Amino acid sequence: MKKLIDYTKILRSKNAGPLFITFDLIFRSKEDMDYVEKRLFKKDIAKAYDVEEEKIDIISYGVVNSIKITFPRKNISGSLADNDIYGCQQHMPLANIEL
Amino acid sequence: MKIVALNGLLGYGYSEEALQQAFSEKVDYLGVDAGSTDPGPYYLGSGKSFTDRGAVKRDLLLALPKALEHKAPFIIGTAGGAGSQEHVAWLKEILLEIAREQKLSFKLGTVLSDVSTEYVLTKFDSGNIIDMSSEFPASRQSIEESSRIVSQIGIAPIIELLKKKVDVILCGRACDTAIYAAPCIYEGYSEGLAFHMAKIMECGAMCSEPVAAADVMQAYMYDAYFELRPANPLRRCTVDRVAAHTLYEQSNPYLIFEPDGVCDLTNSKFEQVDERTVRVTGSEFKEAEEKTLKLEGVKCSGFRTICPATIFDPDTIKNIDTITKTVTDFVKENTKNTLPEDSYSVNFKISGGAESSMGIIMDIVGKTQEIADTVCALVRSRMLHCDYEGRKSTAGNLAFPFSPSDIHVGPVYEFSVFHLAKVDSLLETAKITVEEVF
Repeated sequence: MKKLIDYTKILRSKNAGPLFITFDLIFRSKEDMDYVEKRLFKKDIAKAYDVEEEKIDIISYGVVNSIKITFPRKNISGSLADNDIYGCQQHMPLANIEL
Repeated sequence: MKIVALNGLLGYGYSEEALQQAFSEKVDYLGVDAGSTDPGPYYLGSGKSFTDRGAVKRDLLLALPKALEHKAPFIIGTAGGAGSQEHVAWLKEILLEIAREQKLSFKLGTVLSDVSTEYVLTKFDSGNIIDMSSEFPASRQSIEESSRIVSQIGIAPIIELLKKKVDVILCGRACDTAIYAAPCIYEGYSEGLAFHMAKIMECGAMCSEPVAAADVMQAYMYDAYFELRPANPLRRCTVDRVAAHTLYEQSNPYLIFEPDGVCDLTNSKFEQVDERTVRVTGSEFKEAEEKTLKLEGVKCSGFRTICPATIFDPDTIKNIDTITKTVTDFVKENTKNTLPEDSYSVNFKISGGAESSMGIIMDIVGKTQEIADTVCALVRSRMLHCDYEGRKSTAGNLAFPFSPSDIHVGPVYEFSVFHLAKVDSLLETAKITVEEVF
């Protein structure tokens, strides 16, 4: 089974300020974007990151064939339990979601 | 009108040739962002910059005389990396040093944006603090614990200083966009276009190919559109790059939230004008009924000592949960008469471990550096020799890469305030001063 990362040209995570983590999925084509859009559900992201579904925002940005996902960080940037201050290495659970 | 971004962050460098190129025609304003919360809470807490003094001076050394020569006001946002008054003083000292060395004279405007604990408590008690995240609610206690709080100013204080015809504007904590949007709005350009342009420009040449935060970017403002073209002839702006830029570090690609309102990019259009230039139209601005300023505050959570180590034995790796529990229990028992339990915390930062090796950082934060040292030494020695069932490598569980094994990190800060404050005026936290430098 293919994973989400197999459909993307760019798949990255980054802080959107210290309280939020945001993921950019950029696709090679509109077809890839549409394919993923229809198969990626909040419940899968919720499970991958142990976050409540209602806190997840998914926004399609068709201008550049991309999808943005944002939710609040449980351990905010720089808190004692945080392991990734910039949040730029948090994308693998998302990348590994099977579609 | 032409506005130039020196780069994406003061101290990250830029090509000298690109700067010469940018100033080979008339420049009306020069800007640079000098800070970010990306590197975490430590820098606001400690008053230090995450950028290097030598690198910051190098970037200013070339840019300051150019801006003065062109009579292009030079706007510097979030001085010193975090924008508190200490950070502003640090950067001002570098500017004055350059002025002395190069015998430059100019009119310097400064905006400080620090706020007092009392100011924030008053806002909190009157219901004027808005949480940004459900995971980070404001509380009286977290405000009271804060050792330093700054407000992130928008365009208003910068416009006040532009009216006073200053040559250089040094800002405390400021919205990245305010640096570039303020002069455009001051000159009467559309707010929607100004904020959208500013959002792209604040990252320097990040919107170009090859991508670089460390290079000069240029924007040309017109009544109905703006154009972007990198100063470095090696780079070019493409529609995809420019359009994709609003994805970066933003929670929403269509909306840019500002103290004054929201910049809405739903109807923005991007057009390739020539090989290196992109034109943008249609970005709109909706003024907010209620004006807000973001507040950023930190508290000191103690002092840190760490010990990094590696485990190569798969049996030891398999037993890591038992080992860390044994160690934590041991420390608790061993210090029960000497250290209160709430005077320290022990964290194991663990990476890898599936097959070949596991990296561990023993992370101890104590109320004092001495407590952190004591607990770290106990954790390290107990972990080194911790027994588990079937253990064969009885000489030690940990490979230490360094001697000494334990490292003093010093004071630890955490964000204690990160909320919006409703304000009567977007100038209410700004302390503006003007002085002649000669």
